[in-house]
Amino acid sequence: MTLKKTLRVALAGGLMVGSLAVQADPSPQMLSQTCAACHGTMGSSVAVIPTIAGADPEYFVETMQAFKSGERKATVMDRVAKGYSDEQITAMANYFAAQKPVPMNQPFSAAKAQQGVKLHNDYCEKCHEDGGTNTEASALLAGQSTLYLKYSMEDFKAGHREVPKKMRTQVKKMLDQHGPSSIEAVLNYYGSQQ
Amino acid sequence: MNKINRREFIKLSAAAAALGTLAGCTGSATRGGGAKVVVIGGGPGGATAAKQLRMMDPSIQVTLVEANKHYHTCFMSNEVLSGERTLDSIQFGYDGLRGHGVNVVHDMVTGIDPKARKVMTQGGLSLPYDRCIVSPGVDFKWEAIEGYSADVAERIPHAWKAGPQTAILRRQLEAMPNGGTVIIAAPGNPFRCPPGPYERASQIAHYLKQHKPRSKVLILDAKDKFSKQGLFTQGWKRLYGYDTDNSMIEWVSAAGGGKIESVDPGSMTVQGPVETFKADVINIIPPQKAGKLAFAAGLTKGDWCPVNKKTFESLIHANIHVLGDASIAAGMPKSGYSANVQAKVCAMAVADMLNDREPGTPSYMNTCYSVVGEEYGISVSVVYALDEEKNAIVGVKGAGGLTPSDATPEMLAREAHYAHGWFANITNDIFG
Repeated sequence: MTLKKTLRVALAGGLMVGSLAVQADPSPQMLSQTCAACHGTMGSSVAVIPTIAGADPEYFVETMQAFKSGERKATVMDRVAKGYSDEQITAMANYFAAQKPVPMNQPFSAAKAQQGVKLHNDYCEKCHEDGGTNTEASALLAGQSTLYLKYSMEDFKAGHREVPKKMRTQVKKMLDQHGPSSIEAVLNYYGSQQ
Repeated sequence: MNKINRREFIKLSAAAAALGTLAGCTGSATRGGGAKVVVIGGGPGGATAAKQLRMMDPSIQVTLVEANKHYHTCFMSNEVLSGERTLDSIQFGYDGLRGHGVNVVHDMVTGIDPKARKVMTQGGLSLPYDRCIVSPGVDFKWEAIEGYSADVAERIPHAWKAGPQTAILRRQLEAMPNGGTVIIAAPGNPFRCPPGPYERASQIAHYLKQHKPRSKVLILDAKDKFSKQGLFTQGWKRLYGYDTDNSMIEWVSAAGGGKIESVDPGSMTVQGPVETFKADVINIIPPQKAGKLAFAAGLTKGDWCPVNKKTFESLIHANIHVLGDASIAAGMPKSGYSANVQAKVCAMAVADMLNDREPGTPSYMNTCYSVVGEEYGISVSVVYALDEEKNAIVGVKGAGGLTPSDATPEMLAREAHYAHGWFANITNDIFG
């Protein structure tokens, strides 16, 4: 909790320094406009590339830094993240945090989604609060492309992305008790929130 | 912006407002003077600029002049050739822009009067502007290939402006016999969509592999190397037998005699410096220059339009901005992504200038996806910054680059899906 607070203060401070001292840095809006072609207008995607609108700024910074260092594997973002300074990443984090995410319009299985609600409540809700809509402590899941979420789960499994300890435990428990189809059910639930 | 500029601006916008009344324009400006921007060209550059201006400052009256009711994106049109998508799926209208309050006028611009700040149209309109944004795309240098012309292109399509041309080439591929040859003549640099001819070869090979497997694609190139060459040839080897006796794709470099000099539609041949090539389907992508209007409005130096890279204002005529394929914006490639990003940089600068603010530092980006085959995508991505002293757009050091050559099949499949995701998002960003 205290670490989180410290980070938040640092984030706010970073923005101030960015806009006052470094005159030559592009504005947060300018930096962020370049993301729209892939991630959607103001960060809300209508397709498989994830929505970044409404992302928690800490999560955004951590993710970009993980891409930058190569800690998190990616198709394109590892190459892109290296193009931005820490201050610029912070500026984009704050910009996207202020945008309201628009859930993606996508097909889903209503039956699987119904199974997914229960599984979500039992295994995921504790961190991914409010049905996966709450981004304060974790990534946005509700309304995100189910294909993208599937890729994310594959990456966690393959070790291409660091799995939070609690998530590792919870996912294992769910898989043990409900089998591999449980993941698809949960993802359908997130995809059904439109 | 200094005081003189500001005074001039106020004076001129009053004059522009008067002209507006004379021309019968009605606007609902919420700001005193209601600045007027006329955008010419409804492709990715122009449509993005028009929409973004309205989003950034709703007090600005934006008129978009575009001849056609619909726009077909050149990007993803290669998938129409392979039958992976329909022509309708790359067609976009302008209702989205109208929803943002853009006044869309379907008319042909005949000229721009930079002194009087007016845009004249074939339909007899005279549209006054405070700032004009021109995004005319490319035109072809037909004369570079003997025997080629807009008329001949009805039989030997270029298909480098999507729409009816794409449909012609698709029909010819469908009608072609198994065992036939398709020629793609690729132009020299710079041209629209540098990886496009090679993605096209891939998509056509993808179609032939399924339906006419004894057929072949022959790329005759005016260059000795091309965009993403290593990745394309790797993909061709994996999917289309490249470099084997049964290769479905063959590439002839300029040094190898691939730069074609003439075409004869009667015998269905093209002439290179050493050899005559015969084919069942010929696709000639001619060398290119800025769109017609850029020349008519005196915005060109050589083949393209020099601009201030911070604002995309023309270096020839003040208050006129040129962006997209027609502008000189090297090192950004002439791509849809580039045009979309340049349009936003330009729109922000125009909104700043009209509100008497100094334009901010720009940031640019480009990613070009190419779909080599089913579940097989590759990309090149670069983050750019402005070197203001040199008026140059430069790639940020240590960033960007290509899909790694050791990418796994899973990652290549993702890139193909992300390519389609990019298409959905960028077209929504432009036209939605």
